[in-house]
Formats: sequence, structure tokens, C-alpha cells
Amino acid sequence: MHTKTIAQLSQGLKDKEFSSVELTQHYLNRINQSQLNAFITVTDEMAMKQAQAADEKIASNNANILTGIPYAHKDIFCTQGVKTSAGSKMLDNFISPYDATVSHQLNNADLVMLGKSNMDEFAMGSSNENSYYGSVKNPWDVTKIPGGSSGGSAAAVAARLSAFATGTDTGGSIRQPASLCGITGLKPTYGRVSRYGMIAYASSLDQAGPMTQTAEDAALVLNVMSGFDEKDSTSAEQDVQDYTANLNDSIKGLTIGLPKEFFSEGLDNEVADNVMAAVKEFEAMGATVKEVSLPNSAYAIPTYYIVAPCECSSNLSRLDGVRYGYRCEDPKDLEDLYLRSRSEAFGEEVKRRIMIGAYALSAGYYDAFYLKAQKTRHLISDDFKKAFENVDVIMGPVSPTTAFDLGSVKDPVSMYLADIYTLSANLAGLPGMSIPAGFAQNLPVGLQLIGNYWSESKLLNIAHQFQQQTDWHQKMPQEN
Amino acid sequence: MSLSEEQVGQIAYLARLSLSKKELESNTKDLNNILNLAEQLAQVDTHDVEPMAHPLHMSQRLRTDEVTEKDQSTLFQSIAPKTGKDHYLVPTVIE
Repeated sequence: MHTKTIAQLSQGLKDKEFSSVELTQHYLNRINQSQLNAFITVTDEMAMKQAQAADEKIASNNANILTGIPYAHKDIFCTQGVKTSAGSKMLDNFISPYDATVSHQLNNADLVMLGKSNMDEFAMGSSNENSYYGSVKNPWDVTKIPGGSSGGSAAAVAARLSAFATGTDTGGSIRQPASLCGITGLKPTYGRVSRYGMIAYASSLDQAGPMTQTAEDAALVLNVMSGFDEKDSTSAEQDVQDYTANLNDSIKGLTIGLPKEFFSEGLDNEVADNVMAAVKEFEAMGATVKEVSLPNSAYAIPTYYIVAPCECSSNLSRLDGVRYGYRCEDPKDLEDLYLRSRSEAFGEEVKRRIMIGAYALSAGYYDAFYLKAQKTRHLISDDFKKAFENVDVIMGPVSPTTAFDLGSVKDPVSMYLADIYTLSANLAGLPGMSIPAGFAQNLPVGLQLIGNYWSESKLLNIAHQFQQQTDWHQKMPQEN
Repeated sequence: MSLSEEQVGQIAYLARLSLSKKELESNTKDLNNILNLAEQLAQVDTHDVEPMAHPLHMSQRLRTDEVTEKDQSTLFQSIAPKTGKDHYLVPTVIE
């Protein structure tokens, strides 16, 4: 059952080949046997109840296409009555009193939550090694990282421990782990999916999206995740399309832009070969290819690593040991309470980013760092605007290399440099995808698609057409 | 530009973090490396460029000034580290 896509599982449930209870139990067994550490919390009892309720709906013909499908929910989304840790000791004791809008939407679609997936602490990281709950292992090679920050979600989908997973992407956290684990991941346009109840890291960049086996599945999930939410002041009042409607459109005449900056030094040769082979596949399908330039894209790294820490230092100031979360033992006064609660509960990378943000926003440095970064961000965004005057979609690598060894990158700056191809879509607010496009050194390689604003439907169409011609998305790792 | 350990300690304090001697050393090195990376921004010509405050250049939506939240203080306080008489409790601030 676990090899099936959502679309196939949905048909199986409808045809009574298996029940949601059986399907859910099957995935829970797989999770129990898995050594990947993909989950922080497994909500087995709740999942079985949701599965029973789903089966009743199916029996009474009240089901929708997603009824009874089991999924993994990134532990950054608040889930009422269930621990929501964001991968941090700070929230290890946090039982959310309310549901995120995304959690609510998935519940309303009769989906079955198997558990909360592991992640880098507060979504800060590209390797999932920054989780308080330990690293997730890459299902293709357990000595490698799964990518981050949605590493648990990506590993769960790749190892078929869940039919799909939710993710969030602030600087590549859906696309990069999707690429390194060989699955399909979509980061929608900023404002497409509600951020209400999604624990904020960098509010002007954070965006949630689906992580699935196929583009068709991503379309099915995006249909229920997206939409205007008045509880999120940055939610866009933009109509939700049926994202499955255009999947089968021909892509003949599609113009693909290849940014020359995405194929320069630092890109692994084999990764580049895979990406170019995928582009050739599109050409064979009737697409044309043009070189484009994103001249400021190299500045995406310094821009992001100023803007995101500034926003995080502000967002994480609420975690002070007073209203919820971790509080240190026997504080001697209020200042001691703040200082020790935060110092004892935040991990190294989170502390680093908070400090960078606090410094870059402080008097005398604001202009040189934050303001300068926000101006550069404008230039990065304008580069895309110009490129999209001539092309329909931009393609390139997601990550410069395949998954690297767990524990091998110790220097923060080296880790940041690997985010080079994903950061600019977040800075501009554009939608992006990673789809499986081959293997290098026996590890998956993703192809990145970046579209214009609100072009999710087009991206999914392009990805789906590719998946009709290739079978990379069907490859799955050996059991471990 | 290079931050001293003393300056890093001050930044940590501003962010209400306290660092051990060892953490101070490693963070001074890491923060300086990150700021060196950030200094690449000085090369960008941003003359006459507006700062980008919002990816979609949207302005903040306003709503009518009505009470929409119901009182859930008991629920919210149920997960607090320490409460008493409907208040969040912290060590005494003023004797």
C-alpha cells in the first residue's frame, strides 16, 4: 500500500480495496520499524480515531478525494492537544491550545495525521542536524543528512512512512530536503498558504507547502492547504484554483530560462549533468530553452542571512519562559529567568541567528545591514521580474551537491553557502518546486522550478508532464 | 570589522542570552565569519533602490475595530510554567 501515491490510495479507499484504518495501521507499523528518526511525536491513537471517522465517511459516501489519507505534519504547525515543539527544547513541553489554519484545513479534509515530523530547531538549518530530537537520517543512505529544515517530512515521504507530508520553506526548507531525499516539494507564492499557527521563523519569507511523491499529489494537497485567511495579516486575497485542473495541459512551446549564475562554480558536475539531462527531456517535449541572468543572485546569501536572523530575533523574543515553553529551575530574579530559560533551551544555531539579528538591528548597524539587505532584496526580486518577461519558468539545481555526510559540515558559513539556489525565490516571494531528476553517487538529485507569482498551477503542470515521461519520482530507497 | 568577545557578550545580553566562556569564544568566531559574509552587501550598488518591505508589495490589511477573540485565558494559562490568581507568575520584580 505504501508505494502508492495519494491519487492511487484514494482510489483504493473508494474501491474498498483497503480501509483507512488498515492503511493507517500499515503506515504506523512502518514508522515503528523505521530507524530514520523522522518523527518527533507519533500520534497513533488519534490517527486510528481519525481513520475510523474517515472510514465511516467513505462508507456513507461522504468522502472527498483526501478522506482517510495518512500524512506527516511538520512539527512547526500548531496542533491542538498535541505537542508542537518546532524541534526545540524550548517547546518540548508545549501542548498547543489551538490549531494552525493549515492543521484545521487538513482536519477538515478528513486527513489522518500520523504524527509530527522532525525538523531543524525553529526551521533554522539545512541538514536537520539542529533538532533537539536528534538528526533525521537520509533514507537513501543513513550516513547522510536528509536536508532541512523539513528533513523529517522529506525522509518520511521518501521512505514511504506517510503518503505525504507538510513542510515549510523560509530559504529552501521544502525544496532542498525534497531534492536530497528524491521527492516532490512545492513552496507556494508567499501569502498563498496561511501562516496562522505556523511557528514563525522569518515572517516575510516563511511559506508552507506540500511534500509528496508526485506533482499530482502536491496539487491535491495544495488544493486544501491554500486560501485566504483573515487570521494571517500577510495572507493574500487571491482565489484558490483547482491545482489539478491544468496538470494534463501540453507544455509544447514552454520557454524555460536557465540562469547562468546557477551553473557556475561550486555546482557538482554530476548534479549539473542530471539537471541538464532533465532540461533536455523538456526540450524533447517541445519546450525551448533560453539563458537568463539573475545578476544579484550571489547576494542572496548575505541578504538572507541578515533579513532572516533579524526577523527571527524579533519573533523568538516571545520565548521568555513566562507564558509557555521552557522555564529554568529556581530563577533568582526576572532577568535570570529570561537569560537562563533562553540560554538553556535554545540550540546553538538558533542562538547564533538571534544574535546576528539583534546586532544587525541595533543602533548604528541597522542601515549597513538590515536596510542594505532589504534594498538588495529588491534588486534580487527585480532580476526575476526581468527574467520572467522572456521565459515562463526558471530551472536549475536545488542544491549544489547531493546529501552530504551527517556531521561533516561544522562551520555555519559553509552550511549557509549550500542554500545559494533556493534563497532567492523566498526573498522575492516566488513559488518554487523540487522534483526528482536523477541520481548522482547513488543519491537523489532534484530539479528546481521557479515560477512567476501565483503560477503554482503552471509549475504543477510542468512537473506533472515531466513525471509522465520519467520515473525518477517512483524510485524508492531500500527499507531501513 | 571584527567583534570582540566583549561585544559578543553585550549582543548576547541584548538578546537575553547568556554565553559560557567557551560559547563566547566559538560564537565570536562564528559571528565574525557570518558578518564577513554579510559585508559582501557593501559591494551592491543600492543607490535609489527602495527597501523591500514585503515580497508582494502588499500594504497591511485593516479590519474593523471589533472584538473578535473570545476569552480563552484559562486555556492559555493552563500551559504556562507558573500562574496564580489568573496571572502569569515571575520572580518578584518590585518588593
